[in-house]
Amino acid sequence: MSVIYLLLTISIVVALVFFAAFIISVRSGQYDDSYTPSVRMLFEDELIKTKAAKSDPKIKKSIQLNKKQKL
Amino acid sequence: MTKCYHCSDNCGTTAIVFDEKNFCCNGCKTVYEIFQTNDLTYFYDLQSGAGTSPKAIEGKYDFLDSDKISQRLIEFDDGTIQIVNLFIPGIHCSSCIWVLENLKKLHPGVTNSQVDFPKKMIRVTFKRAGISLKDLVILLARIGYEPYISLDDYDKGQSTTDRSILYKLGVAGFAFGNIMFLSFPEYFEVGEFWLDQYKGLFRWLMFAFSLPVVFYAGSDYFISAYKGLRSKLLNIDVPIALGILVLFLRSSFEIAFNLGSGFFDSLTGLIFFLLIGRFFQQKTYSFLSFERDYKSYFPIAVTRLNEKKKEETVQVYDIKRGDRLLIRNKELIPVDGILISNKAQIDYSFVTGESEPVKKNSGDKVFAGGRQTYGAIEIETLKSVSQSYLTQLWSNSVFEKDKATTFQTLTDSIGKRFTIAVLTIAFIAASFWMFHDSSKALNVFTAVLIIACPCAIALAAPFTLGNMLRIFGRNKFYLKDSGVIEQLALIDTAIFDKTGTITTTQSSAITYEGMELTAEEESLLKNTLRASNHPLSRSLYELLKEHNIETLDDYTEYTGKGVHGVKDKSDIKVGSADFVGHQQQSDYKSTAVHVSTNDLYKGCFVFHNNYREGVSEVFENMGHYLDLAVISGDNEGEKGRLEKLLPKLTPLFFNQKPTDKLEFIKELQANDKKVLMVGDGLNDAGALAQSNVGLAISENINVFSPACDGILDATKFRYLNKYILASKKAMKIIKLCFVLSLMYNVVGLYFAVTGQLEPVIAAILMPLSSISIVAFATLATNMIGKKLN
Repeated sequence: MSVIYLLLTISIVVALVFFAAFIISVRSGQYDDSYTPSVRMLFEDELIKTKAAKSDPKIKKSIQLNKKQKL
Repeated sequence: MTKCYHCSDNCGTTAIVFDEKNFCCNGCKTVYEIFQTNDLTYFYDLQSGAGTSPKAIEGKYDFLDSDKISQRLIEFDDGTIQIVNLFIPGIHCSSCIWVLENLKKLHPGVTNSQVDFPKKMIRVTFKRAGISLKDLVILLARIGYEPYISLDDYDKGQSTTDRSILYKLGVAGFAFGNIMFLSFPEYFEVGEFWLDQYKGLFRWLMFAFSLPVVFYAGSDYFISAYKGLRSKLLNIDVPIALGILVLFLRSSFEIAFNLGSGFFDSLTGLIFFLLIGRFFQQKTYSFLSFERDYKSYFPIAVTRLNEKKKEETVQVYDIKRGDRLLIRNKELIPVDGILISNKAQIDYSFVTGESEPVKKNSGDKVFAGGRQTYGAIEIETLKSVSQSYLTQLWSNSVFEKDKATTFQTLTDSIGKRFTIAVLTIAFIAASFWMFHDSSKALNVFTAVLIIACPCAIALAAPFTLGNMLRIFGRNKFYLKDSGVIEQLALIDTAIFDKTGTITTTQSSAITYEGMELTAEEESLLKNTLRASNHPLSRSLYELLKEHNIETLDDYTEYTGKGVHGVKDKSDIKVGSADFVGHQQQSDYKSTAVHVSTNDLYKGCFVFHNNYREGVSEVFENMGHYLDLAVISGDNEGEKGRLEKLLPKLTPLFFNQKPTDKLEFIKELQANDKKVLMVGDGLNDAGALAQSNVGLAISENINVFSPACDGILDATKFRYLNKYILASKKAMKIIKLCFVLSLMYNVVGLYFAVTGQLEPVIAAILMPLSSISIVAFATLATNMIGKKLN
């Protein structure tokens, strides 16, 4: 039955790890601002953004061409 | 109607077209250009028309060149890298976050920038060699995000955020979870062999887990109870601290003598729930400040002219009597002084809430807090900053006192009776058992104290008021803390400031008196006004009918006097009475713009205060249960109109100085009145601090309001009555919660008094009562909230 010691030790160690993670995250200021990160994660990466900006005019042109063709 | 691509303001008739997009002004266009050349047009994809048009800032930040001043603002400096935190009131949407966090693309000197949206702060890391603080601030201002730097930033050191509640919550939650785990086996299979063998280990582990909870997480309750007892007050924390202490001691005693498993689960659960309540109550509007004094309004430095007429930057505290100061356009006058320059137009809206600028002539006294609106002026200092007329108000003792400490909350007054009742029951039950079964007496005594621990009562107020605070916040009524709701429910007198509080500062009603203008004259008037930027000209321009745009032959603007326009041999003068050649002094105390054509006096446009929508209604409804009064620093010019607008016999007081207002409220309070003061300007600051509840009305929440208990968005003024009634209802909910939790206590006391309190009963009853109270409080306040919308 001494396996109970092992199990208890493991369970407490795991709990302590999470507890320590919580303390560290509070100390690093993660909970000071709970809003901005939620917005920040929705921004696209800048690399993709510049590509999109460059490809934009092309898309516009093709739409215009289509319109002219219809006319 | 065309909308500006950058700021979505109405472009009017003079839209600037650039890159197939409309802009309302050159400033907006420039920001767009900056963004476009730096690949930042994603800004407009995120949210359209989200920008702010930049303001002129020439010379405004020269003081940042001074090392002494910039060192006070910079948070971290290792010689090469500097970090600064700046407050930017203009931050309002996700586009703002995006563009500000991409600041490094606009300037290579910036290495990193991070936005804290709720606080409207930006933290910029930059290379000292790459960009100076002044250039950084100017860069931000150029893209429409001008940082707000005030004397307050100069005074306060590094602020540290208090995160102790989070740590405590973490400790309590961690221990609670583990103890629940460890105590579970004993709830059910008490007789099993292996459990008996390891019981000791489980129990001492629980004991170890409970130590940090009692002595760290729960320490606030002991401290508060001790403080209460020392000042002979039985606040709600006394029975809570007593409950925690008895729980801990009895449980330790039980496991030490192998009598039972103790109540460690209930103990840690109790503290955990209480801390959640405290955390929930702590809703703060971090972008608003309720503690402002004049320092938040005042600049850090101004320009001084030395003997050789050279300009130099001087820190505001270093200004001495006799110094000559140069106040540029749109700058704040930091000290009382005498005007040296010919003429000045000073906007005292910060101080009095009055929207029209005041004219001053050479030799007149000017007071600190005014803002120069036209060109640069020179003044000679009469008094230093701290001795100026306006700033002296803050030396009044009202500003040192903390309102919260003198107010006994409903929970505390219940707590007093509760403690007495519980102790009585405990003693009676214990003495009863002494005669019947003396071995059980101590058991029953402690059981009563444990089960009667007013956890649910202590949770009712935080959850009801905390939720109410959030609901009010969603309705643009921002309160300093939950205690204000309780105070608001108790008021019986409401005092209103006039200018800026029940009148709007943005628009005024205009009436014309005099000879009627012909169509040509009106067209000429409109075209003349078009060119002028004076606020009075702008509002008059908006009022006049549409006319074709015509180019004037000649146009001159005389600063502080008026404008002169010529077209096809007819000329028009618009401005002050002596400017247009009107000799007769009018009896009006209101602001007026006079008009004359071809040197013939025509008449004048009189500007009246414009009252907020629903003022009569608010006064009418509040008059049913409150004593009302209006107190104003203005003259009696508006008396007649006010009397018509407000319910009959509402007392009106005029010509009241800031200190008079304060004394007026003090007098009311001496007669046992609970006073609500509604004001807006710095001149109300004393009265707001003295009153039981001081509410500031604000046209723009981002702009500053004086120290107060709550800030109400001006558009919601007509709901003020509803908000007061809602806080009264919230107090009723708390009382209902008390009744509900007392019912749980009666059930618990039955088990305790009869000596049958098992740990498992306590472990079920205590969380159950807490959770049902929390659920009831939240649901009921949400019902009130729905009615508010």
